[in-house]
Amino acid sequence: MSSVMPGAPTPAPATALKSAGAVVGPPLWLLLELTYRCPLHCVFCYNPTQFADTGPELPTQEWLRVLREARALGAVQLGLSGGEPLVRDDLEEIVAEAHSLGFYINLITSGIGMTEARIKALKNAGLDHIQLSFQDSTRELNDFLSSTRTFELKSKVAALIRAHDYPMVLNVVLHRHNIDHVGEILDMADRMGAQYVELANTQYYGWAWLNREQLLPSRAQLERAEAVTQRFRAQVGARMKIYFVVPDYFETRPKPCMSGLGSVFLAIAPDGIAMPCHAARMLPGLTLPNVREAGIREIWYDSKAFNRFRGDAWMKEPCRSCPEKHKDFGGCRCQAYLLTGDPDNADPVCDLSPHHGLVSAAVARAEQAAAAPPAPREHVLVFRDHRTSIPVLTEHEAARR
Amino acid sequence: MRLQWEAAQEAHVLLYPEGMVKLNASAGAIMSRCDGVRTLADIVTDLESTFGLNGIAGDVRAFVALALERQWLELRA
Repeated sequence: MSSVMPGAPTPAPATALKSAGAVVGPPLWLLLELTYRCPLHCVFCYNPTQFADTGPELPTQEWLRVLREARALGAVQLGLSGGEPLVRDDLEEIVAEAHSLGFYINLITSGIGMTEARIKALKNAGLDHIQLSFQDSTRELNDFLSSTRTFELKSKVAALIRAHDYPMVLNVVLHRHNIDHVGEILDMADRMGAQYVELANTQYYGWAWLNREQLLPSRAQLERAEAVTQRFRAQVGARMKIYFVVPDYFETRPKPCMSGLGSVFLAIAPDGIAMPCHAARMLPGLTLPNVREAGIREIWYDSKAFNRFRGDAWMKEPCRSCPEKHKDFGGCRCQAYLLTGDPDNADPVCDLSPHHGLVSAAVARAEQAAAAPPAPREHVLVFRDHRTSIPVLTEHEAARR
Repeated sequence: MRLQWEAAQEAHVLLYPEGMVKLNASAGAIMSRCDGVRTLADIVTDLESTFGLNGIAGDVRAFVALALERQWLELRA
């Protein structure tokens, strides 16, 4: 330390580490999607709709090697997800290895499969916290949206999480059918003793993309939910942190997706595919490396796929000459692809995008649906299912059919 | 909330659900001494002797106040 203590050291969020694409930093955030198997069938799941076609899951030893190699590069925040990670009976072994390596470990779970014995074993193995999902504050809607009878089970798991002294993060994905229950959802979270609540508006990838016309809320719904959340925040103060993730379709500038692909985030899919974002498997022309064939260092620093969207040379107009290009990195590549058919385009959420009309049109249809609900079954919800593989269609392709 | 030294970032970082804060050297030096045993006065004395400084109590106090407000630290009686 060379100088006098500054009054207030400035904490830099990990995401701010990335400079304008010049230096590639380490993959600080590692997400292991241990399996696509899941007892739930949620209509908004971001998992690929073709997961029925993916190869076999990585064996334990491969996951442990991934952990060691990623940690050596500097990865430190670890998410264990899926699918439902509790269906892997080597979860405790994976957690133990991650803990001994110094990861901060977050289990992202539906709670199904959690028992007193397992939650104890996971604690002993070094699990740091648990993020538990609910689909709604009511049993009826929770069970309908996940196509399972799981509400009571989840409530029991919430109690277990508290009893075993884990910080509890409750995650609820919001959409047209539950966004009006935000007040009740927050009450439920408070009763359960959640310290963190994520009200995450649906992002439209995977199964959620298939069901977008049924899920997108109206602006009035969104504004009411935000107002309720604000009031609740004022009530509970510091005992609960509430994150309200806005649905980007209602924005005029895109989200800085993953702080830029290949910047801090690395996800490994159940079959070993390494991805610069959760949904990158769908991007055309991106040959994703597999950890069965390459080391993490090579994948992160040298592979074509991870370098494809680093920096800004890949950008098209209006991003290329945009003064905000290092703020939002052009938004989400998957959304650009799904909506425009070209992953190099600006994310159409941006109102500078010539394709912004596609987003406005989807929002306008949601407004109509809210004003005059369409006849039932005009659009049918597609439940996540491992027996059927459904191809990804972009907006153009879907319109042509 | 967990504090640890990260060689790859050459910094102390705070880890918590869904988040990570990279601390600068001063913040790291203060936070790594907050062990639930030492008092603020002990910590100031230690920092002053370790880094050959004087009169930093006010700055340390200001940072600790900020850390408490952000729930990076908690007070124990």
